[in-house]
Amino acid sequence: MSVGVLALQGDFREHAEVLRSLGADVELVRRPEELARISGLVIPGGESSVMDKMARAFGLAEPLRAQIRAGLPVYGTCAGLIMLADSVLDAIRGQESLGGLDIAVRRNAFGSQTASFETDLDVPVLGATPVHAAFIRAPVVETVGPRARALATLADGRCVAVEQGNLLGTSFHPEITGEHRFHEYFLGTVARVGFRG
Amino acid sequence: MTETTSAEQFGSSRVKRGLADMMKGGVIMDVVNAEQARIAEDAGAVAVMALERVPADIRSQGGVARMSDPDLIDSIIAEVSIPVMAKARIGHFVEAQVLQALNVDYIDESEVLSPADYVNHIDKWNFTVPFVCGATNLGEALRRITEGAAMIRSKGEAGTGDVSEAMKHIRTIKGEIARLSSLSKDELYVAAKELQAPYELVAEIAGTGKLPVVLFVAGGVATPADAAMMMQMGADGVFVGSGIFKSGNPQARANAIVKAVTFYDDPSVVAAVSRGLGEAMVGINVSDLPAPHRLSERGW
Repeated sequence: MSVGVLALQGDFREHAEVLRSLGADVELVRRPEELARISGLVIPGGESSVMDKMARAFGLAEPLRAQIRAGLPVYGTCAGLIMLADSVLDAIRGQESLGGLDIAVRRNAFGSQTASFETDLDVPVLGATPVHAAFIRAPVVETVGPRARALATLADGRCVAVEQGNLLGTSFHPEITGEHRFHEYFLGTVARVGFRG
Repeated sequence: MTETTSAEQFGSSRVKRGLADMMKGGVIMDVVNAEQARIAEDAGAVAVMALERVPADIRSQGGVARMSDPDLIDSIIAEVSIPVMAKARIGHFVEAQVLQALNVDYIDESEVLSPADYVNHIDKWNFTVPFVCGATNLGEALRRITEGAAMIRSKGEAGTGDVSEAMKHIRTIKGEIARLSSLSKDELYVAAKELQAPYELVAEIAGTGKLPVVLFVAGGVATPADAAMMMQMGADGVFVGSGIFKSGNPQARANAIVKAVTFYDDPSVVAAVSRGLGEAMVGINVSDLPAPHRLSERGW
């Protein structure tokens, strides 16, 4: 079994490289039948409204929702976090998410690109060394529901990383800062769960 | 002021180049008003380029083409939630300052507008907002990256609907990168001189086999098959200018080009989305354009 990376749009190749460097078999996923071969899925950074549109147009959204409900481990970064959120604030007209994380996420919560930034974040589940994080027109988790738990917050208290069961989401992009611990952590979940669709 | 425990760094190369990374596998569409911007976002554009006239109209109407009216840019930013890009003239650093003050997400220092400086491009390191610049070959791309461009688009020939120049430029850039990868270290010094680009950047590309920034294709893409061909040529994504809103059914064509870029390697999808799109833009054959009227020759 291999780990899928949703390859409809965005920085899926960067995720695939990180996962391969950690020894995973990687499969790029664009079609429903490709879901059958994976035991975990990464949803990359990109434009969430485009991923949603393509996922529905090519019949991937419903089977993916069913897999998530059945326990497929999924890690989403930025747009991927938005795709995993039960509630999306500031969505485009008609935009849907896959859901799974009991959170409300606000798209593009910091403003235009000039407000994009890098910073160091404490992420206790990954150890004492801070995570160097890049926030690019990034979302934030405005509400963490009772079933989800925050893994990291900015200095002002806003939540930017969450976990719930087999689902993991970050507002930022470890795949472009050379930070592999989130992917390692996720591969640990994938190995532990041993999901078969 | 809010207290922060760790410094936040704005406008780094990583976040500038990173936004282009997030647009990969996507289509950036030229729009001239909020209504077109809405159509583009609904169709699945990853970003829109806000401008007053599409290149086909700049070409037919002539005159000096400049940065767009700030009111127009504001109205497009207000309409959509995807990134908004806008064009500044080559070398016009004050137009760029204005666009940054308007909070656009990316500035295109573009040969489609009339150049403001025939010697110098904008020093793009002076800005927090990232820049995309056009290039017809590797040397031009590397000079723009050296000046701070965070994304490159091959130029093609804007406003023509003729994909042949786009093809020439992506083939040239890819071919020159492949050639660098085959050179020995001593040959790279000469290559750097020939490319008029810094040795360190040339050596980096020889090692990685790719540009250090995202490479989109622009200039002449008018059909889903054009867009898919550019992706098969190794483009990270596609700009479509006049090709959408100068066609018979912009909504359908915009939708189709987005799908063709995602499934660029699946001819059955490209075939399916190519049906019933109505008239493509009429277009101009680049070979019929006298050299002084070719926009791709602006910039150096």
